[in-house]
Amino acid sequence: MNMDQQNPFVRVQYLSKSYVQRHPLTNAKFIVHAFDGVNLTINRGTTLALVGESGAGKSSLARCLALLERPAKGELWFDGLNLAAFGNNQLSVMRRQVQLIFQDSASSLNPRMTAAEIIAEPLVIQKEGTKAEQRQRALALMEEAGLPREWETKLPHEFSGGQRQRLAIARALTLRPKLLILDESLSNLDIASQDQILKLLSSLQKEHSLTYLHISHDLRFVSQFADEIAVMHEGKIIDKEPAAELFTQPKDAYTEELLAAMPTLETICAERFD
Amino acid sequence: MKLLSRRLLHAVLLLLAISFLSFALLQLAPGDYFDEMRLNPQISAQTIEGIRAQYGLDRSLPVRYAFWLFSVLQGKLGFSLSSGMPVGPLLWVRARNTLLLTSTATFLAWALALPIGIWNATKKGKWTDRVTSLATSTLLTIPELLIFLCLLLVAARTGWFPSGGMISPGADGLNALGKAKDLACHLLLPAAGLAMVMMPALIRHIRAAMIEALESPFVRAARGHGIPRVRILFRYALPVAANPLISLAGLSVATLLSASLLVEMILSWPGLGALMVEAILARDVYVVIGVVMLSSMFLIAGNLFADLLLFASDPRIRVE
Amino acid sequence: MPAHPKLLEVRDLGVEYRSSGGIPHTAVENVSFDIGPGEVLGLMGESGCGKTTLALSLLGLLPGDCTQVSGSVLFQGQELLSLRERAFQKIRGAGIAMMNQEPGISLSPVLRVGDQVAEVIHAHRDWTWKRCRAEAESIISRVGLPGTARIFSAYPHQLSGGQLQRLALAQALACDPELLIADEPTAALDALSQAEFLDLLEELKAHSRISVLLVSHTPEIQASLADRLIVMKDGRIVEQGSFIQLYRSPSDPYTRAMLRREGDGRETGSAAREFVGQGGRA
Repeated sequence: MNMDQQNPFVRVQYLSKSYVQRHPLTNAKFIVHAFDGVNLTINRGTTLALVGESGAGKSSLARCLALLERPAKGELWFDGLNLAAFGNNQLSVMRRQVQLIFQDSASSLNPRMTAAEIIAEPLVIQKEGTKAEQRQRALALMEEAGLPREWETKLPHEFSGGQRQRLAIARALTLRPKLLILDESLSNLDIASQDQILKLLSSLQKEHSLTYLHISHDLRFVSQFADEIAVMHEGKIIDKEPAAELFTQPKDAYTEELLAAMPTLETICAERFD
Repeated sequence: MKLLSRRLLHAVLLLLAISFLSFALLQLAPGDYFDEMRLNPQISAQTIEGIRAQYGLDRSLPVRYAFWLFSVLQGKLGFSLSSGMPVGPLLWVRARNTLLLTSTATFLAWALALPIGIWNATKKGKWTDRVTSLATSTLLTIPELLIFLCLLLVAARTGWFPSGGMISPGADGLNALGKAKDLACHLLLPAAGLAMVMMPALIRHIRAAMIEALESPFVRAARGHGIPRVRILFRYALPVAANPLISLAGLSVATLLSASLLVEMILSWPGLGALMVEAILARDVYVVIGVVMLSSMFLIAGNLFADLLLFASDPRIRVE
Repeated sequence: MPAHPKLLEVRDLGVEYRSSGGIPHTAVENVSFDIGPGEVLGLMGESGCGKTTLALSLLGLLPGDCTQVSGSVLFQGQELLSLRERAFQKIRGAGIAMMNQEPGISLSPVLRVGDQVAEVIHAHRDWTWKRCRAEAESIISRVGLPGTARIFSAYPHQLSGGQLQRLALAQALACDPELLIADEPTAALDALSQAEFLDLLEELKAHSRISVLLVSHTPEIQASLADRLIVMKDGRIVEQGSFIQLYRSPSDPYTRAMLRREGDGRETGSAAREFVGQGGRA
């Protein structure tokens, strides 16, 4: 793992976003700062985990990085290209390179479309390939994601939670993106399914040189696979280190607090039973 | 408060736009009030032109519009060409009659639909639910016209109810109670008919909203705490089901002036709808515009009312 | 009633889902276990293994028209499965109480949370509404929610996940039940709130005689609280026993996977995990 290699695929500088809400009757404005002054780099082919409590601004940041929303301030660099100057057309081309996978697969997948249709949908929208080619690609992606080809006509509700996330991952890979953002995607799954999906993600990362941004509230969970971890608190990044360093020498009091809140199984058992 | 005044301003602007549009469209429509008169060889063209000048109908559109606006501010809303009287008072009488009919019918419809809808939601799938479902489907597919005609038939054949009109001839001589009874007799059939038209859709909406509320996780959680069924129904399910229903109720208010056109025609209820039809047929422009304006006002007010009700009832919409 | 040696005795419990015209699906099969007074029994298994169905069946909350429940559930010596709805209502909330996974959707969005706690009390005690509210206030402060006046009159959407979870606990404890069923109580919480909530549950365990059926797929949670453990898979019990025994020497490979033990007894995970846990809990 060559982390000194200065090969950032994503670079974010001083990114800020706030939402303006208005009272329905009095029309009074109040501003919610989603995140402020965020600096991040994600190196190519690595996994960055973004950890923070709910409401810390992680999902807003994810949506900005997925180019679904524009930040209020700051710069975003993808693959060496400064996106601040991009117009809408150029941005849509860039959007193919980043895919977002959500936490709740049941509500992010169209319940009326079959598995193959869901996976092929990006191709249909981008008008790539004939119907037969699209179907073939969908089937190939299903196999890669570990789903049997025969399930192409199944609807999302017939899948289990873990299988649905596999489906979401397969769809995300359709347009051959370079960056995958997983927003709490594994939080709703049990341990066994989590392990399986993590293995799948790991092999996909090696095979396609993917870069991952993994968003989670569970520091213990991301410790299994993250190369680097960034801790977010109240809209700011307060700590960002390679994973091993974060756990042994946390730089911030909040990080220490988080670590203290999550002892290992062994520690708990030792405390309780010995 | 600021938003409320904004909405009111929007409403006024909207009404102005509607009035101007109606004016212009009526102008574009072929013919005018005096067409029949022109057919009569005994009335000379000059006489007709004279009358027209008297009503200011020979002026250009913007001028006539301006005059009409002025008249609105005076409360007269222009003149009826058929009767020569100001439109305002005429509208008021007819509107009152319509409102009496439609509010009674709406109240009746809701008063029956609520318990039926709620009851069927709790007994979903059982035979009472299925029977009601069948009944509502049937009522929905029967054309309103048929329902009113049937009622008229019942009235005519059995003589239990008056077959039209709002008051019996000679009712002026009765005392207050007598007048009220007479009115009620006349009101019953048209109100019942209108209620029958409104009920099926209402029952379905109420039932659907209640079912959704009863199947939500917090109702299940409340059951899990041992809270009795009836209390869950009224304290937990109904308030949440009320949201879509309140919007519906607001919309009911909005259509209070427009829903009764057909029944007024068939059962001869002297209301706004009947007035409008007569005016259109006679090309009585100012009356038509007056009716359109009044109905629009109700629609806008009804929507605003629905929004306010929703705001008051759902704490999630209020932002601290 | 004399205190029964076993609070809950479940024998050969089975639950079958029958959809009209569909194939019957066995959600729970042949499940037998006991819970004693003051004991915490952990229930572990992956999603779809029947944990929640089991919990719901203990309270008679499964939809009657499409489920078939068989077996025996004795609560304080009384058979629950043959109870009529009215009798069951008396037990729910007062004898056996349940806490759901997502507190946000388990509370009515249009009622103030204080009133919702008071409702539970009102359903089981013959008190005036005022007295129920007062009692609700005291329970809410007992679960560690400060500033009770403000929280009492708040609506669910105004509170955080951690606060809502405490309120759900308050609702469950409102009428002093003997058995608390906690269904994934910390799944919707972030790390810090989780730790706080676990502290709360530990306190509860230490200071009251309440028994808990703790449903959670997270081994760390079970390790902190469970005295005994049941591991379920596909509706059946795979293994059960005291927690420490299952942890130190699991006999079934599935149990091993659930408790993060690899074949040679080491904990699974990458090298980075070795560094986690240098600090004990605060």
